[in-house]
Amino acid sequence: MWDYSEKVMDHYRNPRNVGKIDDADLIGEAGSLTCGDSLKLYIKLKDGIIEDAKFQTFGCGSAVASSSILTEMIIGKSLDEVKNITNKDIADELGGLPPEKMHCSVMGHEALEDALKKYYGDDYVSPGVTDVSDTVICTCFNVTEHQIVEAIEVNGLSTVDEITNYTKAGGACGRCKGAIKKILEKHAPKKEVKLSAAQMVLKINKVIESVIAPELQKDGGDIELIDIEDNKVYVKLQGRCSACKNSILTLKSFVETTLQDKVSPEIEVIQV
Amino acid sequence: MVIYLDNNATTKVDKRVLDAMFPYLEEEYANPSSMYQFSVKSSKAIAQARAQLRDFFGAKSEREVIFTSCGSESANTAIKGVLAANKNKKHIITTKVEHPCVLNLYQTLEKQGYRVDYIGVHADGSLDLEELKDKIDDETALVSVMWANNETGVIFPVEEIGEIIKSKNPETKFFVDAVQASGKVDFDVKNTNIDLLGISGHKFHAPKGIGALYVKSNVIIPPLIVGGHQERGMRAGTENVPYIVGLGVAAELAKEALKYETTEIKRLRDKLETGILKKVFNSRLNSSISNRVPNTSNIGFEYIEGELILLHLSDLGICASSGSACTSGSLEPSHVLRAMGVPFTSLHGSIRFSLSRFTTEEEIDYTLEKLPQVIEKIVKLSPYQDELEHLRNSREH
Repeated sequence: MWDYSEKVMDHYRNPRNVGKIDDADLIGEAGSLTCGDSLKLYIKLKDGIIEDAKFQTFGCGSAVASSSILTEMIIGKSLDEVKNITNKDIADELGGLPPEKMHCSVMGHEALEDALKKYYGDDYVSPGVTDVSDTVICTCFNVTEHQIVEAIEVNGLSTVDEITNYTKAGGACGRCKGAIKKILEKHAPKKEVKLSAAQMVLKINKVIESVIAPELQKDGGDIELIDIEDNKVYVKLQGRCSACKNSILTLKSFVETTLQDKVSPEIEVIQV
Repeated sequence: MVIYLDNNATTKVDKRVLDAMFPYLEEEYANPSSMYQFSVKSSKAIAQARAQLRDFFGAKSEREVIFTSCGSESANTAIKGVLAANKNKKHIITTKVEHPCVLNLYQTLEKQGYRVDYIGVHADGSLDLEELKDKIDDETALVSVMWANNETGVIFPVEEIGEIIKSKNPETKFFVDAVQASGKVDFDVKNTNIDLLGISGHKFHAPKGIGALYVKSNVIIPPLIVGGHQERGMRAGTENVPYIVGLGVAAELAKEALKYETTEIKRLRDKLETGILKKVFNSRLNSSISNRVPNTSNIGFEYIEGELILLHLSDLGICASSGSACTSGSLEPSHVLRAMGVPFTSLHGSIRFSLSRFTTEEEIDYTLEKLPQVIEKIVKLSPYQDELEHLRNSREH
């Protein structure tokens, strides 16, 4: 059983604004019967303000809840205001959706966007994402590159599985997963991994104790960590190593490269 | 209040099973392999359960019974065992509608270089026996077919399939996944060409965590779990005595209840099914009427979605399950219903009701009263009003 929020349950149990508006000014559609969910959003305008909105949804509990809350979110607003509503806003308004159900909020947003496109025509610019093509990436669920990039940017997605949860792309035959990965590499927010000073000390100490020292001890030598200052690691070679002519070689080609490899490429090792 | 109509998912443990298990969880905790008088009762209890399983399977000897932890372990032991014992044969035949525990294993084996043929089914859920016959060749190590389908309840003619296999290649081994047939079909393996047959206790009122595998005496396979000498070296690990005792009792009770299953449970199932098909205009049966296990009914509701039906039923205390994509977290609807060619208008709105000997007439009546209201409520949400209206008119005239 899904862990649905109280609000999601309330909206699928008692959906608001169900039905059709016969003289609707705009109708937005998303999804299809074969794909397992679809939504028709009817909008009635008065002086540029959404006077009424209704929906008809074929789909699961969270699809109905997303549609229902969307109508509440847009009624009384101007088209300019609702242009900025994202799928994330819909999910947030519902108190969150299970990750596997995020595509329901995306469907809600797509129906709204479809209606807006009909109103603005070629002048319609989707918020945030601009220079991405409408090439279909997932043929099973008919998902475009634009939809994928939008999901990445709005929701901060970083894995292929997340993209499947949000857009369904890659969820059936899986043949487009390679293409999704490429899109992800291009558009996903880059996370810079930088260790804090304390983490750095702990990690350097661990590598010296568990990897470097045992190797030196095999030859009757040893190593002591004296200090760490930014990327400079001060060490003292001991035992047989301290008298060895090749100690500078040991230091640079073994100690330094090991630390560079396992902790950070910036590290410089200095003998004291 | 819980009205449990999802007995193909799991079942309630029978009180008589529990009562038989308790002494082995409390005072009789000895390891049956130990060398003192205290362990005699444990080892005798396992011997008795083994005899009960022999009778349940209709096997020749209790030596053909191996206790396992679940249906998936039974299947893995059988399939991997047969392939390991026939290393030079790289061909397997199975069906498109097997349980995922078996299907996923075959997909893994395909990646390891095995050639796997997946036999299709007809619209009524029955197996394409001609296709099966054509595929068997000298290379075929294993044919693997379920006795009854978990989603539709459709029974496959395993006796006939056994004949076909042995007439085409006597060396080919035949594994039957009988998890959903247990307690619903009278097994008589000694008079069939079935070589291996797996079951799972929790589908017929034993607890979860216990299963069994029948291996015909002349079929030699290596164990899946290697270690101690338990189960005559066929399955290492200290015997789960209380659960084995429970499985034995559940098997005996299931054999006794077979007649009730095929008369009373079938009557209740048919009452539910004909009632729904009559009362709900957009419903259709997703299988043949005959040739099914007596407890299962799979009904499609057109132009509405299954998870939403389940959520509303759940609010009324009714538990059922769906072949809809949304319920499983996967994005694709049931592979079984797709293989049968169920139309896409009802594919996502298919609901499985599965009864047990604990299902009452009142529960069926309550479901028949509430379900049509639920469907009407959801139909109002559908964007396919014109199609639904057309369907309603064509059904009423």
